Amino acid sequence: MASTIVAFELGGREVEVMVKPMTTLQSALRDQLGFTATKEGCRQGGCGSCTVLVNDEPMLSCLLPVEDVAGQRVTTLESLTPTQGLHPLQQAFLDANAFQCGYCTPGMTMLAQALLDHNPAPDRGDITQALTGNICRCTGYGPIVRAIEVAAQAMHAGEEGQPR
Amino acid sequence: MARLRGTGIAAVNYPTGMNLGGDPSQALIHATTSGSFVVSLSATDLGQGLKTVIGQIAAETLGVEFGEIVIDTADTDTGPHDMGTFASRATHRVGNAVIAAATEARQALLEVAAEELEAAVDDLEGDGHGNLLVKGVPTRSVRIAEIASMAQFKYGRTIAGRGAYMKPKSLVDPETGAMDPDSTEAHACTVAEVEVDTETGVVTVLSIRSAYEVGRQVNPALVQGQIAGGAWMGMSHALYETTAPYYPAVDHSPRDFSEYLMPGPLEMPEIECVVLEMPSSNGPYGVKGIGEMTANSPIPAIANAIYHATGVRFDDLPITPEKILRGLDAKRSGPS
Amino acid sequence: MSPDLNVVGNSVGRSDGIGHVTGRTRYTADRSFPGMLHLKMVRSPLHHARIRGIDLSAAERVPGFVRALTARDVPHNCYTILGLIGVEPEEEFVLAEDRVRFKGEAIVAIVAETEAAALEAVSKVQLDLEELPAVFDVEEALEPGAPIVTHWGNNTFMFEGHPCRRVRLGDVEQAFQQADYIVEGVYNTSPIEHAPLETTGCIAVPEANGRYTVYTNTQALYFSLDNTAIILQVPGSQLHFVGGTVGGGFGGKVDVIVEPIATLAAMKTNRPVRYTYSRAEEMQVSSTRSAWRIYVKDGVTRDGHIIARKVTSYADSGAYSRQTPYALTKHAANAAGPYAIPNVAIDAYCVYTNRQPTSAMRGFGVTMASFALEVQMDKIAEKVGADPWTIRFINAYHDGDMKPHRKLVEDATLIETMQAAATRVGHELPDVFRSMTSAPRDAGHDGGRS
Ligand code: FES
Ligand code: FES
Repeated sequence: MASTIVAFELGGREVEVMVKPMTTLQSALRDQLGFTATKEGCRQGGCGSCTVLVNDEPMLSCLLPVEDVAGQRVTTLESLTPTQGLHPLQQAFLDANAFQCGYCTPGMTMLAQALLDHNPAPDRGDITQALTGNICRCTGYGPIVRAIEVAAQAMHAGEEGQPR
Repeated sequence: MARLRGTGIAAVNYPTGMNLGGDPSQALIHATTSGSFVVSLSATDLGQGLKTVIGQIAAETLGVEFGEIVIDTADTDTGPHDMGTFASRATHRVGNAVIAAATEARQALLEVAAEELEAAVDDLEGDGHGNLLVKGVPTRSVRIAEIASMAQFKYGRTIAGRGAYMKPKSLVDPETGAMDPDSTEAHACTVAEVEVDTETGVVTVLSIRSAYEVGRQVNPALVQGQIAGGAWMGMSHALYETTAPYYPAVDHSPRDFSEYLMPGPLEMPEIECVVLEMPSSNGPYGVKGIGEMTANSPIPAIANAIYHATGVRFDDLPITPEKILRGLDAKRSGPS
Repeated sequence: MSPDLNVVGNSVGRSDGIGHVTGRTRYTADRSFPGMLHLKMVRSPLHHARIRGIDLSAAERVPGFVRALTARDVPHNCYTILGLIGVEPEEEFVLAEDRVRFKGEAIVAIVAETEAAALEAVSKVQLDLEELPAVFDVEEALEPGAPIVTHWGNNTFMFEGHPCRRVRLGDVEQAFQQADYIVEGVYNTSPIEHAPLETTGCIAVPEANGRYTVYTNTQALYFSLDNTAIILQVPGSQLHFVGGTVGGGFGGKVDVIVEPIATLAAMKTNRPVRYTYSRAEEMQVSSTRSAWRIYVKDGVTRDGHIIARKVTSYADSGAYSRQTPYALTKHAANAAGPYAIPNVAIDAYCVYTNRQPTSAMRGFGVTMASFALEVQMDKIAEKVGADPWTIRFINAYHDGDMKPHRKLVEDATLIETMQAAATRVGHELPDVFRSMTSAPRDAGHDGGRS
């Protein structure tokens, strides 16, 4: 089968990949573009470690043919990281030790970003509900939930502090 | 139909550091020109934070700040032998090896400093923050970083240390089982509170509250992390996980996370703990270790709580809703 | 924190934390090399079978196929990883020879240009298998006439002449006679998968200097290197193993499963070779925690003192023992629990069945003992009419007590831990337990025994 060229926006920059049909976004990111923050815990939609944002919506990149994101806006953990310092979610994860092995962290962070985009002041129930598709084998989830609570507050405070 | 509540307890020991195969660990340390110290190991970090706690132990022994320690590990070309990261051994075994290596490196450091300060080695002491002082003469002090640099460029000396830790292999007497297979024992007591829905058989764990005694904690935040993660895993073992299917045969074992069940964040109870520190005699700075044991006591505590709630004993793990319902049915129909 | 310590006792931040939150931490599977080949395994579809033939011809015609490896290609085709520390016999193969003993056992390794090509070639390998009867229960496996899994004629691992790891202290049978109550229980646990979020895997890379660098997420680098050297019959100096942060271990990555065959493939093809488990392989093929069946029989006095404990444990090792014999020994040393019991008999069996092999997992031999014993403690409490705290306090071991495996207790803190837990949950303990300590009994504390 012939390969095609698919172009999409990745972290604010235009990228092109040449792919065979049914290549996943996960594979294009990791194997072709070298963006390995997006993990592969199962490659069948069961763990959430491959979560990325497509036009700000969380998607499992292991289930998404890369053709489907042609012309769309893809955000991975690489592009969430600011030039200096850390994103408030990253800082909160770091401060709360919301990881042990860290393998679930990128997917958790992207999912949390999507949650906070939709709901800047989530309560604990909103957070746990949002995380149900993402697996963490190490932490017991508590530290992750707490980190997201702290990040939400920090981001909220940050916004209020900004001149309008 | 009702929701029944119950409380259960469990108290456990856990042996840390195994030596049924000998299982040694080694470490090498050297100073760089800028006064940082490279700790070379081959032990891997599984996510528990090994590199962090080993760095803390090295910094403590050398008398420098944590930030001056570089952990170079998991490379067999540069790291000396290590048996591996398992059996709650890494902090205990590698930590002891690192103390030995750091002690030797510190001696080399003191010798250079003594020469530079024109003092006897025994008259020097560290402040734990990267300085060496002549005892009783606060004005005569020098930065460890300076000594490290001078050792290279002025004195042509190495500041380095080797360390090994091994508890000799324990042979087991095949008749009596007499053996000495571990180094020390950590302990835990867990109280679990559950609610059992008699209509669905679903067990909700309301809280898992524990006390742990793990010897000295090198990094209390990481200990808390182990306890929280272990409580989840214990609850998961108690109520959810199995690769042996319920129906109908061994062929139907799970292939993925949609078939292999584990509790998610919605199912998580309140997890609380207190940690006592009663230093062990043979661990680094009194460490016992906490790697594996945190999943253990929650399992029987939950099983005992379910009995307390329902009056039915469930002695087969995992205690699934199906088993609960069958057990309640059997109790209702009474002894036949 | 102790006042004399500066760094130990501080909750300093994780040194690898920034890497984790930015996704820069490099796990094994995040590496890639030009020209890298992919290895996939042809596995047994049956639980127990004789291999009559293997036909590779259709697989070899798949575009992208590079080569196949069978048992004949493996220099020392033996996977018995504890052989390194003198545990015998050699029993497991890297690639199956004449028989497969569990569903999923590796038979042929296929190396191909892409993962898809490797998977397609795997699907084209024709196996001629003769199905044999299989056994899945530890006690059925010990019955006369059970299908035999091992090559030595019975289904138990032999511990220096005994079919089980034995521990003996005192005389349990006599103590049972003297006991006021006998409390018995049978406890079963399911096999459990480690389920690390990062699956087991490695990449073996030929280097310019004739050596091979193996990037692996093993928990034990030298253990993997030494076993690989033995299997491939090469000097250890030819191998360079590089690990890193492991994406969850829990004991499952102490097995040396992927490295030897990936390295062999790199040697045969002179190309980098990646061999990483799929999630389904991790679930169905990689080692699990053993299923256990534990029989406990306790002799108890009217006032709740346990005077005799007999434990008979069966760990389902699956088709091969891997690290499980080691777990049985650790189990036997802990199967009486943290209690002072003068008469103890423990028989711990490592039993072979046709399930997937088992190995180390967090709590190695102790987790399931703790489950059985701590439920048993509650049954004893109920029997003698004591509350669950009391039964544990009056039986708790103290420093200086003799454990069943004849090691004196040191560093005992069970009593203090229970006191702290009681306080934490607001449970009022009677004075006698509040003032108890784990200090040696002759130090003035009698541990509540009168
Ligand atoms: S890798 Fe995509 S959900 Fe697991
Ligand atoms: S930190 Fe290991 S899976 Fe979440």
